[in-house]
Amino acid sequence: MAFVNPKKKEVQVKIVYYGPGRGGKTTNLEYIYDKFNKRIKTEMVTIKTHGDRTLFFDFLPFDIGKVNGYDVKIQLYTVPGQVKYNATRRLVLRGVDGIVFVADAMAVRREKNILSLKNLQENLANYKKSIFKTPMVLQYNKVDLAEQGIPLLPLETIERDLNSKLKTASFPASAIVGTNVVTTLKKIISMTMASIIKELK
Amino acid sequence: MSYTLGQEQLDGMEEVLQQDLIDVGVRCVFLIDMAGNIIANQDNGESRHDVYSLAALAAGNFGAVSAMAKIIGEGEFSLLFHKGKKENIHFNKIATEFLMITIFSNDISLGFLRLKVNEAVERIKTILGSIDAS
Repeated sequence: MAFVNPKKKEVQVKIVYYGPGRGGKTTNLEYIYDKFNKRIKTEMVTIKTHGDRTLFFDFLPFDIGKVNGYDVKIQLYTVPGQVKYNATRRLVLRGVDGIVFVADAMAVRREKNILSLKNLQENLANYKKSIFKTPMVLQYNKVDLAEQGIPLLPLETIERDLNSKLKTASFPASAIVGTNVVTTLKKIISMTMASIIKELK
Repeated sequence: MSYTLGQEQLDGMEEVLQQDLIDVGVRCVFLIDMAGNIIANQDNGESRHDVYSLAALAAGNFGAVSAMAKIIGEGEFSLLFHKGKKENIHFNKIATEFLMITIFSNDISLGFLRLKVNEAVERIKTILGSIDAS
């Protein structure tokens, strides 16, 4: 859970972007970094392979100001989406406070989304966390591809596949253009903060 | 795991880091948990490192090395050392959940550093001994 430092009056919150490979998790962080780079004092850290795929994680820390007198430091992480990197994915999930599940809205990726969500549930269980009790937002990415005639999953289908049990907030988005990227981020921050405040009471 | 640390414990840990490490010439030292959160950090006033990114990478690095240890049949590697031309990094595990990371120059020998790190680790273990872990 979030680390609260009563001495420095500081809370460190860990939010992880999860989802299938090539779904746009890193693109989400890159958009956020570009958009807010005046307010983000540090560089974004990425550990990539030669093929530009996330090998370990991306990391983007920033401050959102004070909540109840405490400085809140949000730390965004992504995981490698490729199936074979499950060990590193699990490491990044350690101590997670909130999750954005970035699903790929392309019709051909339907199965991959479902498998990745199941994998998330298993990896959380490894830390004795329930997917139903962890603050989570779903993002259906790549909706801009419809303009290029690429078949997308209808919203009802993707909702039924991923959100029928979770019943959490979800947004169609385009990480590359920026549609709903900030909305997703704001939503997960507010859900996570609410959950932390509740837990601390 | 979830844990809480009080003001007194944090004060105590910062004091240990200052006395045992910064005062003997270490540039920068920080205590993190395995999720990558910074619990305490001290430096000699000259270091301008991005400690939050360092903490995230250190936790990831340590996790990766622990996974390697398991593959070759070791329970874990409890300490790591990265040598640079001017700066070096030393990692030491504390109990199951914490890591102490020390950044030091070639002015300090590795042997002396390990001795001081060990002393600090023992003192911090005593402070953490009373944490409310669940």
